[in-house]
Order: sequence, then structure tokens, then C-alpha cells
Amino acid sequence: MVSNGLMTTEMHSPPEHVVEELDRVTIRFAGDSGDGMQLTGTQFTRTTAVFGNDIATLPDYPAEIRAPTGSLPGVSGFQLSFSSSDIRTPGDQPDVLVAMNPAALKTNLGDLVPGGLLIVDEDEFNPANLKKAAYTSNPLEDGSLRGFQVVAIHITRQNELALEGLPLNAAGKFKSRNFYALGLILWLYGRPLDTTVKWAEERFGRSPETLDANLRALYAGHAFGETTEVFHTRYEVAPATVRPGTYRHISGNEATALGFVAASILSGLPLFYGSYPITPASDVLHELSKLKSFGVKTFQAEDEIAAIGAAIGAAYGGHLALTGTSGPGLALKSEALNLAVMTELPLVVIDVQRAGPSTGMPTKTEQSDLLQAMFGRNGDSAVAIVAPCTPADCFMMAIEAFRLALKYMVPVVFLSDGYLGNGSEPWRIPSLSDIPKLDWEYAKPVEGWQPYLRNPETGARTWAVPGQKGLEHRIGGLEKSGQNGDISYDPRNHHEMTLARMGKVANMTRDIPPLEVSGPSEGELLVLGWGGTYGAISSAVEAARSQGKSVASAHLRYLNPFPANIESVLRSYKKVLIPELNTGQLSLLIRGMFLVDAVPFNKISGQPFKIREIQGKIDEVLGLRGPYVLDFPQGSALSGG
Amino acid sequence: MTSTVSANGLLAGDLPVLTRKDFVSDQEVRWCPGCGDYSILAQMQKMLPELHVAKENIVFISGIGCSSRFPYYVETYGFHSIHGRALTIASGLKTARPELKVFVVTGDGDGLSIGGNHLLHAMRRNIDLTVVLFNNRIYGLTKGQFSPTSEFGKVTKSSPYGTTEQPLNPIRIALAAGATFVARSVDRDTKHLEETLFKAAQHKGISFVEVYQNCNIFNDGAYAAFAEKDVRQERMLFLEDGKPMRFGNNREHGIRLNGFTPEVVHDAESDDGLIVHDATMANPLLANILVGMDYPNYPVPIGVFRSVEAPTYDELVQKQVDAAKAKEKPDFDALLRSGETWEVS
Ligand code: SF4
Repeated sequence: MVSNGLMTTEMHSPPEHVVEELDRVTIRFAGDSGDGMQLTGTQFTRTTAVFGNDIATLPDYPAEIRAPTGSLPGVSGFQLSFSSSDIRTPGDQPDVLVAMNPAALKTNLGDLVPGGLLIVDEDEFNPANLKKAAYTSNPLEDGSLRGFQVVAIHITRQNELALEGLPLNAAGKFKSRNFYALGLILWLYGRPLDTTVKWAEERFGRSPETLDANLRALYAGHAFGETTEVFHTRYEVAPATVRPGTYRHISGNEATALGFVAASILSGLPLFYGSYPITPASDVLHELSKLKSFGVKTFQAEDEIAAIGAAIGAAYGGHLALTGTSGPGLALKSEALNLAVMTELPLVVIDVQRAGPSTGMPTKTEQSDLLQAMFGRNGDSAVAIVAPCTPADCFMMAIEAFRLALKYMVPVVFLSDGYLGNGSEPWRIPSLSDIPKLDWEYAKPVEGWQPYLRNPETGARTWAVPGQKGLEHRIGGLEKSGQNGDISYDPRNHHEMTLARMGKVANMTRDIPPLEVSGPSEGELLVLGWGGTYGAISSAVEAARSQGKSVASAHLRYLNPFPANIESVLRSYKKVLIPELNTGQLSLLIRGMFLVDAVPFNKISGQPFKIREIQGKIDEVLGLRGPYVLDFPQGSALSGG
Repeated sequence: MTSTVSANGLLAGDLPVLTRKDFVSDQEVRWCPGCGDYSILAQMQKMLPELHVAKENIVFISGIGCSSRFPYYVETYGFHSIHGRALTIASGLKTARPELKVFVVTGDGDGLSIGGNHLLHAMRRNIDLTVVLFNNRIYGLTKGQFSPTSEFGKVTKSSPYGTTEQPLNPIRIALAAGATFVARSVDRDTKHLEETLFKAAQHKGISFVEVYQNCNIFNDGAYAAFAEKDVRQERMLFLEDGKPMRFGNNREHGIRLNGFTPEVVHDAESDDGLIVHDATMANPLLANILVGMDYPNYPVPIGVFRSVEAPTYDELVQKQVDAAKAKEKPDFDALLRSGETWEVS
């Protein structure tokens, strides 16, 4: 344990630091939710992304915005992993933990790798805070941290000294501590300060005192690393070699919003977004409500039902209609979603899944709405389902969702999740001109036109919108005659119309890409996943293969319908393992539809998979070890994977 | 052929002169014989040509209930949706397509029970929709359960011992939610009904019309005591803007205020002291007093309670979009590159 005491202001020549090259580093910033840890993590991420590393992030924040300061439920964390090579997850375990108070230490220490670097704000380890974190003795003094490299720094007091003379009270100065910590960590990894300085100037430009305080803290933290001997080593992680192009950093929710605007441009139809605020989907509403210059209209509805109702109205009006929510909201929307199925209108429903059931754990991730999306409506009612597999993939899958909705006149559910939505990665910015336009057409007033005239190839009915002369007609939730659009209780008609509606979704099979396999095209084991678990599964399978195991992976981005080749892929392996963040929803579908005896691997902790968890299960299925059991270490606030 | 700009600002270029028949669809009307809905449909079809809006620019949206069959019978665009949600669909349609004339047809169960929330919010937004609520004080389609407007103690299939809950007054709700046009009419008075529907349809912003509608199967005669032809003049108060409030076969009685309480003045010789109706007052105080008047203590007020101008939601949203477009030329590639970017070569 290194405790440097309070640094004096006396000048001395900077010590020599050894520089060590690393391939990958995982850092977690943890503090009280008022400590600005999300900002610290985001700024480090931006700097590191601009530096050229591959990077993946996982923010983790408490559901209570104002949990008591210093309390265990009030801890907020941000984990990021950066590397000189391709990475797909924010890391299983942090190598570095920055804990701004005892509660942050307590809830996060369980995840830190043995021997990992632990940086704490020593000033915050006072009796009051220790008590709030339920420590009976000070962990900085009782030897319980012996297995880690502990660097205890008087961040609060150092920061106060740096801000001396500024017209701020102690509480005001306290707010800049996160910049101090950021400066220190940027130094530790040899990162320049300019990205953060530029950002801070834009963000706090209107409040010169705040800007001054934050920049002083940032420089002071950086200088502290440079001038003291607290750290013997600083680290370097070389830039990753990636495809040439222009890059930016993007979260899943941002990519989702941008993807839907892209769909609007590619189709030439104005985007309408009806939504009711809900964690973790609200960011999509925030993003889209800024983009009015692209013709986007956002409707913040009085409830989830009104949000989808308004979107259905916009779809009926011939616009690109979108609604978005999370699991409980999808439950509320189900009756209206069925109306869109029945009236055969193009509509996309975003579900940024979170841990359920009921209110569950709003800020934690899960993949447990697959069956709700698939079956959660009365009657035989099919919707298409797509699921992005990385934060940046949300962009392309958003476009894909509308391609299918418009072409088949069917609602499409876009299953993102909290891990994808809030997580982020570098993104090679695409050019819209490289993406095919989205085809659609309104009904043509032909002789004998009626609302359920179908396209023989897709099965889609025609889209006649108010304002079109001569096509006045009535639609609704009651069954209609496929012959003339009138209300019909005719037995044969209902039979045929049900099959026609379901058939449109089945027809998409011809129109979606085949399931791609990574690894051997036949062999011992296929690991099949869907949605946000892509990073962990593909990393684990690659690792297993590099150890000479016969394992392939495949990842579903289309869940209804499944790609045409899925059954032949499944049958090419002796065993199929399906890891999911639910109790086995895809497994149930795969077993039920293909009679394949897939092995489910389920985690329902609100946390994403760790790579090593999937590796453990692979080894078990291959018979290389006994049963693999998930463990949830004490003091584990969030787990990257 | 004429070219007309209607009150709603819809340009109906070279609009053929339409008649009632143009708005009659080929669907067989399936309400019970004698139902008040027939009259509302007939007055609507009579009124629609007067709007001078092309048929294809008119949309009727409904929820579930007897009243909600309405769109099938009108030869315009129509959407018969799900229980209580007509206003949500209408709000989305009107926001996306402000140039359309959108009607919502609902009932006391659909609009005030399952869809009550949406009614409040459409009203406070002042979205440009015409909402007609058929109030028959009963659930007709589901065969006779009490509704949120059924009177206290009413015996129905689901309240054999009488209800134990108080009814809502739709006009009071509309006023409380800030609706900019609030009116009441009755199925039996066809002329008044047609005029009221016309005024409502002409209003820019949300217009709400409660229609007292007789369900002759499950709640026959709910309004007979005051709405039948022979007693109407004596027992209803026809609100007329700028005129003193008078009623009676010879308009011999009047209404005056005693503090905040309305009083009937029998055989009022002079108009002095009688309330002069003004639906355009910014403050809805008078309308809120009138809404408390009910038979048998008072004549039942009928007509326009409130009619004020205010910016509409759909128009404000459109303005924001237009202003944003005028200010910054939409450049998606620039948007994708906003914030920090870096080059890899
Ligand atoms: S049940 Fe009543 S409201 Fe419904 S159609 Fe028959 S009479 Fe009219």
C-alpha cells in the first residue's frame, strides 16, 4: 500500500517513470452518483478513442437519481476497456479501480482483478462515510486491501488546494474532484489533455468559474502524476490497427436515433416518434427531439399506449412511424401493437430491454423480452423482430427494421437492451450514399382497388393514406374481408387473413441475410446467441478456438423470422449452446421450432456476460470440466463481459 | 366547380359541390332501430358538405362501442381502432399531417372511462381535432352495464343493487382540461345538433361536443324528461352568444346570478340582471357555473359553453420543424460527424 500523505507545494524535479506497454486495460471509475463518474468515464473514453485505441464502455448508474450521498445504493460506476487490438466487450474485470468514497470501494472491489491497481480518495475515508458504507474498520488501515496495489491520495484536499483563490465554497470545489481524478488517469496512460480541455470549454463556456475550476483540477491531477513518485510506472496502450476511415465514438441509443433518421432520409418519409419517458430508452427521445431540422416530429405522449397510438396514426397518415420504450412499456403497448398487426401498417417499436419482471431493475440489462415481443399479444399475431448486436450495429438494424416494415406492411420490434443502449464503441462513420434506399409506395387508385389488395410476392397490402383521392376506405381492429375490406365474420376469410398476416413475416425469410458462422462450418459445438451478447460470445469462442477447441459461433440479428439457413447451421454441430441474459427464451424457440436439444446457459443478474463465464460453460459442454456454475462475488457492482 | 379555403385553412382546390349523399358509405348501418346514433350520423352527413373540405382530406377515427361504428358509415377515410385509444391515433395523424380534417367519435365509456386520460391530454394540448362524445350513460355494445356518466344509484346489469359511484360530467372535464371549444347538443334536436357540429368542426383547436344520445335498448329515455320536443323549451337553456339567458315556451324565464349561484327568474319581464352568454371569455368562469345546472333544479344548458382561440399543438410542432429547417440546412453527414471524430489511414 502506498500512502503519500498530503503533498507539499514545494517544487522538485519530476521523477523518472518506467513506461510499460500493455495490450489491453480495463478501468472502472466508481463514486457517489453526485461525483460525476459518468462524465469522467466518458471523457476518458473520448480521449482514448481519438488516440486510436479500440474501446468498449459500460456505464452503470443507480436507479435512484438522488440516493443519499455516500450510501451504497448511491454508487455510480463507469467501466471501459481499451486495447491495441480488436475488443468487443468492456472487459470481464477491471485492472484499475478508481473509488472516490468508501461506498464505491465496497460495491466494486469484488470485481477488481487480484493485484489490480486501486486508486482511492483517502480524504473520503472518514468515520461518517465508512459508516454509511457499513465498514466497521477503515479498509485503508486494516490490511484488508493487501492483495491489491493501493494508491491512496488526498484527492479532495489536493483539489481544494488547486482551486484556492477561486470564488467557490467547499461544496463548489468538491464538484471538481472528478476532473482531478480524470487528469491523474489520463497521465497514467500517457493521454493528452486537449480533448477534455476542448470539451470543457464548450460545455462550461458560459460559466467561466466552473470552467476554470474544472480545468485547474484537471491540470493538477495530471501534474500530480507527473511530479510525484506515487506511481513508479506509467502505461502505454498503442493504437489499434483498424480499417481506414473517419471514426467517432457512439452509444447504442445514439446509433439507434441516428439510424432511424437515416431511414427517414433513405425512404424520403418524415420520421414521427411517439414515446413516453422510460429508462433506458429515453435517450432516443432526447436525441430525436433535437433533430427537427431533419423533419423529425417527436410526440411525448401521456402514456405508453398514447405513444404507440400516435405512431399508428402517423403510420396511417403515410409517415415513417416509430415508437420506443422498455419492457414494461412494451407490455402496455401490446394491444395497440396488435392493432397495427391487424391494420397491416408499417411501424417500428424500439424496446431497449431492462431487467424485469414488472419494474424490475430499470438501469440493469437483460434480454428477457424476446418472448414478449414474439408472442405477447392476443390472437395469432406475428411481428418481425430484429436485434442489433453491438452499440454501433443499432444504426444499421434501425434502417433494416424500416426496410422490412415498409416492404411487408408489418410492425417490427427492434430489441436493443440497456447494455447496448448505454454502452459505446468507436464507429467507422458510414456514408449514406453507400446504403440502399428504402422502397415503399402508396396505393395506386386502380380499377377494383380495395384495402387488402396484396403484393403477390411479399403479401403486403397496399398503403392508402388520407389525402389520396378516390381511395377513401375504412380500416380497424375488427377482422376485414380480404376481398373488399368490409367487416367480416366469415370463417374461411378469418382463416385466410390470419395466415396472410402471419405469412408476410414468414416471407421475409427470403429477404434477410443468412446466419453467418464464425469458425468451423461443422464440428463439436456451436454457440448461438442473439442481440447484445455478441461481444462476450464471439470473444469467448475465439479464445476457445485459439486453444484448439472445435467451437463455432453464430449470432442472430433477425429473430422473427429466423434466417433461412438456421436449421442447417444448427444441425452441423454435435452440440448447440445458447447463452442468454434470461431464463432460456431463445432456447425455447430453437427447441420448439427445430427439435434441437440446445443447452441453455442463462444469467439473470442484470449484468452482461463475462467472457470467462462463457468459456467456462463451453468447457463444460465439451466435457473438459465439471459443471460450470456462475458466481456473483461480494462487492460486485457491475460486471463487464 | 369552386375553389374554397375552409375555416380550417384546408385548400380544397376545384372542389366539386358535395352533398349529403357523397358522405354516405355503402355500408349497411347496424345500430338498433330507434337509436340516437342515427340522428347524429344524419346531422354529420348533412353538415360535412358545408365544410368545403375534400372528402379525401377528412378522417373519422373511433374507439370501441356502439358510437365507434360511426366511421364505417361515412364515405371518407376512417379508422375504427381499439377501446379508448381513438384520440391517440388521431393526435398522431393530425401531428404528422396537419392539413387533414380529423374527427374523433367516442362514447361515455370509450372516452371517459378507458380512454379518459387521452381526452384530458388532447384537450390540454389543444390539438386541432373535433371530438364528438355520444353520451348515452350506459354501456350499450356490451349490453347494459353502468358507465362513468350513469347517475348515482342506477340499477343496471352490473349494478343490480344500484351503483355506488358518482357520475362524471363531460363538459366539466373538458373545461377543466382547458379545451378551447366545448359544446353540448342532443340527438333529438336535429337542427341544433347540426349547427353545433358545424361550429365545432369550424373551430381551430380541440373542439369537444357532448351529444346526449338515447340508447333505446339499455337506457331508454335517459334525457326524455327535458329533451323531448314538447318540454325542450321549458326544460333546456339554449345558450346563444351575446344574448341574455332565457328559456320557456315564450322565452319568459331567465337566469341571473346570485353571487356564484345561478337563479331562475320566472317570468322575467326585463333582460336587466339576466346573464348575457359569452363563450369567448378567456376565463372559463361562466362556463364553469353553467355546467353545474341540471334538470330538475334548472333548465339544462345546451349549445356552446366555451369557444376561444389559442395556438394549436399540431401547428406549433410544424412551426418548430419549419423554423429548424430554415435555420440549419439538414446535413446528415455533418450530423454523423458532429462531436469528436478521428481519421485512421
Ligand atoms: S345498444 Fe343502445 S346505443 Fe347501442 S346501438 Fe343499440 S340503441 Fe344504440
